Amino acid sequence: MSEPEVLLSIRNLVQTFNPGKRNEVKAIQDISFDIYKGETLGLVGESGSGKTTTGRSLIRLYQPTSGEIMYAGNDIAKLKHGSKAMLDFRRKVQMIFQDPYASLDPRMKVQDIIAEGIDVHHLAKDDQDRERQVQALLEEVGLNASHATRYPHEFSGGQRQRIGIARALAVQPEFIIADEPISALDVSIQAQVVNLLKDIQDRQGLTYLFIAHDLSMVKYISDRIAVMHYGRLVELASADEVYNHPLHPYTQSLLSAIPVPDPSLERHRKPIAYSAAEVEDDGKQRDLVEVYPGHFVFASEDEVAGYQNAAKASHAQGGAPATAPVE
Amino acid sequence: MERILDVKNLEIDFKTYAGTVHAIRNVDFHLNKGETLAIVGESGSGKSVTVRTLMGLLASNAKVVGGTVDFEGKDIVKMSEKELTNLRGNDIAMIFQDPMTSLDPTMTIGKQVAEPLRLHTKISEKAALAEAVRVLELVGITNAKARLKDYPHQFSGGQRQRIVIAIAIINNPKILIADEPTTALDVTIQAQILELLKEVQEKIDTSIIFITHDLGVVAGIADRVAVMYAGKIIEYGQVDEIFYNAQHPYTWGLLEAMPTLETKSDRLYAIPGTPPNLIDPPVGDAFAARNEFALAIDLQQEPPFFQVSPTHAAATWLLDPQAPKVTLPPEIQRRHQVWEEKFANKGVNA
Amino acid sequence: MADAKLSPDLFKRVTVDSTEKEKITTPALTFTQDAMRRLRQNKVAVVSLWIIIIIAIISIVTIFITPADPNKGNLAYTNLPPKIANWNIPGFNGYQDGINKYAGLGKNVWFLLGTDYLGRDLLSRIFVGTRVSLIIALVATLFDLTIGVSYGIISGWIGGRVDTVMQRIIEIVSSVPNLVVAILMLLVFKPGMTSIILAIGLTGWITMARLIRAQTLQLRDQEFILAAKTVGETGPKIAWRHLVPNLSSIIIIQTMFTIPTAIFFEAFLSYIGIGLPAPTASLGTLLSDGQKALQTQPYQLIYPAIVIVVLMLAFNLLADGLRDAFDPKSQR
Repeated sequence: MSEPEVLLSIRNLVQTFNPGKRNEVKAIQDISFDIYKGETLGLVGESGSGKTTTGRSLIRLYQPTSGEIMYAGNDIAKLKHGSKAMLDFRRKVQMIFQDPYASLDPRMKVQDIIAEGIDVHHLAKDDQDRERQVQALLEEVGLNASHATRYPHEFSGGQRQRIGIARALAVQPEFIIADEPISALDVSIQAQVVNLLKDIQDRQGLTYLFIAHDLSMVKYISDRIAVMHYGRLVELASADEVYNHPLHPYTQSLLSAIPVPDPSLERHRKPIAYSAAEVEDDGKQRDLVEVYPGHFVFASEDEVAGYQNAAKASHAQGGAPATAPVE
Repeated sequence: MERILDVKNLEIDFKTYAGTVHAIRNVDFHLNKGETLAIVGESGSGKSVTVRTLMGLLASNAKVVGGTVDFEGKDIVKMSEKELTNLRGNDIAMIFQDPMTSLDPTMTIGKQVAEPLRLHTKISEKAALAEAVRVLELVGITNAKARLKDYPHQFSGGQRQRIVIAIAIINNPKILIADEPTTALDVTIQAQILELLKEVQEKIDTSIIFITHDLGVVAGIADRVAVMYAGKIIEYGQVDEIFYNAQHPYTWGLLEAMPTLETKSDRLYAIPGTPPNLIDPPVGDAFAARNEFALAIDLQQEPPFFQVSPTHAAATWLLDPQAPKVTLPPEIQRRHQVWEEKFANKGVNA
Repeated sequence: MADAKLSPDLFKRVTVDSTEKEKITTPALTFTQDAMRRLRQNKVAVVSLWIIIIIAIISIVTIFITPADPNKGNLAYTNLPPKIANWNIPGFNGYQDGINKYAGLGKNVWFLLGTDYLGRDLLSRIFVGTRVSLIIALVATLFDLTIGVSYGIISGWIGGRVDTVMQRIIEIVSSVPNLVVAILMLLVFKPGMTSIILAIGLTGWITMARLIRAQTLQLRDQEFILAAKTVGETGPKIAWRHLVPNLSSIIIIQTMFTIPTAIFFEAFLSYIGIGLPAPTASLGTLLSDGQKALQTQPYQLIYPAIVIVVLMLAFNLLADGLRDAFDPKSQR
């Protein structure tokens, strides 16, 4: 099997807001990881984990405090606003936002919202071409061509998210950062949007960074999953590995808290509590260490052996998610 | 089982510029004493409107055009503003979705928790605050006495929701309505709050109506479930009946759209399309346009309720004796199998 | 239970057209159309709007024709009370304290609202005065708009140190009393329309700037603005394409509130004598002249006062109505 191509390489990214002041927030504390071409990397964490900040730093809505983001030979962290390199970057990398009610300009027609990128990068030959492209995009996301002349407030949450997806696709990007695109939607609509994203990825060969706050939906779209907690990456492995052989206590706690639509299982499910004091805040030096092929855990030197053994044991057992139902 | 609330033939209209929205179109349900009833549905199905009617909290452009809400021998729909004020926070209390906005940011939590008590009983401020401490400790706020003078912004989201619960239960309400209380919370906090609600229910012996669109949450806390779509209840039953023996295609869709640890498929099932516009409700079954199991009659006549068991009924023409047998989706087949193995002929576990 | 009369045909499986699933049935209303609809429901605002329109039309028409020359005085006609033709309507029959002031002036001489101390027709002067006041108010408001909106957007959008500096400048400018600025203008430019317009324009933009800045700060973090950034749109273009349309309601409302303030300020300046010079008619100068004759010819003060009150009320009520109409959160 050929080495998967690295699309984005993040090294020692740090993002601190209001550095040095009383309200200083260390949103991202030195994280490093790669994103491979064509994959979907799920980035999961609860509020305060830094996942949204990571997405926004990667797309340069924020200026990273330090660290490098290598993409197509350039360090994105150092690009200047308004430069040609930045404009190119803005075409290749796009974002889908979380809030369907705030991510579309309420005063603009749907066609103008979608075509904004086309206009900025001069991707349409004339008005007719622009209209044609918009209609093709609407179809791509499962909406009717007649929706182009309507306003956002006439659409449901799920439809608005699809308009947001169409907007991101308009400039023909190769990498899309989806910042909690389904969190604000009903569970039944979440499935629609996730399926749509998957289909588009298959058709167009896109790479995704899928940011989410819980592990249940992320499994279906991610190849690999990275778990964040308080600005640090605590676990990084394939989706299967994370679900069936979770190693870091935080990942185990997160998995155990997911409610399942199965009364027999639910009645016996006991969420595992997580205490950061033991595995994060005790001052020990920790790094992301590969404790099993392809499976990385945030561990100190003396914890590595423990994780390696746990990984071996879990694989021997056949693996199971953090809570075993009592029959 | 003793009924504590009985809603019959409820119909509610909203006047808007585009026309009259028939938000609630003939809704029937009841709440038994001591149980937790979950009302499940997508946004726009009418679940929030339904429970707001129970406290007379409808918007100014809403009108109850039919039906009764029977509580302790009185019809809430016909109550005067004065009677409703006595009811709210006292006999029936509500927990809202967003803990960030349901607390007054300029009032200490001690005052806010004590407020319902002072409104409904003659009690001194000192005694009320002592009660507030008791209730705050009940909901898991540590060091409650010292924190009475703190403001909402000094607490985390999960703690704020606990305070909201404290406010709701301080008068030992007979009915507690929780309108998506955990939707805005992290999943680990959600688990804690659900656990708390179960404890609270036992401790103060109250009946809960729980609104959500998350079936996972329903599986954990509900005794009975009512599924709403487009302003109507389309299926209701005991929790095991709904999860393992669902009969309505919409319920199937909801179950399939939620992944469980057992499901192996690589692709999520999604119910296509969006709910219909209720200004001009479609003729026949409102779900027909999105229903892969639609029958010709679904486009002409609304299905009546077909009784599946004394406690379980679904409004779908598929249950009519003349309806053809359909191949159930794999996930639903799996669940019905569990039903056969565990529950059929053994009586239903509550 | 199933009705036995239902034909078995009805139980055949059907598939429904997939486009049905995404149909939107309500008519498409833009934000403005929706707001206008809401405005129409507010009777008071609609009446105010009509009053303003009528006054505006009269002001334009009277550029060309007036009942009499507003600047030409006739010493034979000084201080005549109001008289409408030869009808004997109390208050409008030319009598004052029981005496017919029109005695001996000829049958066809009558002034609808009387004359002033120089024999000039008050009605014509009120027409001219209203027009002058409106022009001053509108031009000054235009100043407000351009300076205030730009200042607010720049300050709010760029933020950081630029914003801090711009806000300190505003605070310094706003602490200078308006009257002092007006007198300054008077000294630099001769008394007249220019000095008044500058006086009002240079002090009135501050409220607008602050309002726009606050709203810009709020909009700046909205996701649709972030989306515009990620798509590659540059700062100024985002401001024009996204900010301004979303600020338009505030701009319109604040403008509607600024106009009566300008009218009042001009009236005030003219009233205390540092506004427009004689013989120019403006609502303020009319009030000033009329006040001198308050004891004996009260009508010379009352009628201009009524006009200014009605004008200001109408604008304020319309602005109120617009504010409610533009607020998407108000139910309806």
